[in-house]
Amino acid sequence: MSTRSEARAWLAQRLSAAVLAVCVLVHLVTLIVAVRHGLSAEAILGRTRGSVAWTAFYSVFVVAVAVHAPLGLRVVAAEWLGWRGIVANFAWLVAGIALLGLGARAVLAVAL
Amino acid sequence: MPAPENQLEVRVWRGGAEGGYQTFQVPRLASQTVLDVVTWIQRHLDASLAYRFACRVGMCGSCAMSVNGVARWTCRTHVEKVCDGERMDIAPLANLPIIRDLVTDMSAFFDKWARAKGQFVPSSTRKDPFALVPPDSRARAAVDAAIECIGCGVCYASCEVVAWNRDYLGPAALNRAWTLVRDVRDAAHSERLAAVSGDAGCHACHTHTSCTERCPKHLSPTASIAGLKRATALAMLKGAL
Repeated sequence: MSTRSEARAWLAQRLSAAVLAVCVLVHLVTLIVAVRHGLSAEAILGRTRGSVAWTAFYSVFVVAVAVHAPLGLRVVAAEWLGWRGIVANFAWLVAGIALLGLGARAVLAVAL
Repeated sequence: MPAPENQLEVRVWRGGAEGGYQTFQVPRLASQTVLDVVTWIQRHLDASLAYRFACRVGMCGSCAMSVNGVARWTCRTHVEKVCDGERMDIAPLANLPIIRDLVTDMSAFFDKWARAKGQFVPSSTRKDPFALVPPDSRARAAVDAAIECIGCGVCYASCEVVAWNRDYLGPAALNRAWTLVRDVRDAAHSERLAAVSGDAGCHACHTHTSCTERCPKHLSPTASIAGLKRATALAMLKGAL
């Protein structure tokens, strides 16, 4: 990647990390609060189905994960395994799209 | 076998990359530095021992070596502070090719200063009036905090990212670039930020802080690199990178 693209990737990873810090916190607090009244699929779906707010929240969460995880793993693989270059970058792009697809599927499953 | 009393058992790296340690017995003296030990070996035991030094007072940055696995400036490192009492290992700096014994090839280290555009590029000529830089301005304070680097290579030898990525510019070159990025008289900020970005530049730093921990001048290349990350991000958002 060009210097500019590398710098963009770094910034995207940092920004997505900031988003994830909030998302993970909200997710965990919600989990703890929800479990106090018994955790069931019904309770979860009752909270999320048709909820614009939860759908939006988990959509943001999934996008942040899809951006953050492949970029981080790309750096780890480059340093530890020497995986660099256009093929490696393409593979991580595919991984990001796959994460986005899987995450979107999960969000739609609990939102609709 | 333990060293006799008032003797230090010193293992010194001999040869090139495929070399090995040679053991010497050196008299233990008060206020003895690691450089004193190496010099004593060369003058009394083996004149063929190769090593570098010049000023002996912590200014020139030429005597850095690995002492018990830790990169240090040897002229200002007292034996009693780094040695368990009887034994000491002295090796050439890590992350640099070994020429012979304790001498490394510093070419890559200094070439990276050039790659990071570590040269000052003036924004005015000798006919212009002197630039007035308030000493207490934020930009000048940032330069002051990083300017005293002596180029010893201790940070470079201590950096894990250099070990993983041979193209990585390293803490010293990036620290130098940061002093110029914050220099209000410099005219090459954009080019320099582009030179220090990317996989081989400031964005590769993992903030392990080994450079900052080991810098003999107590500088913080980590802070300088963080500054470069902020500066490149701002430049990118402004479309200047």
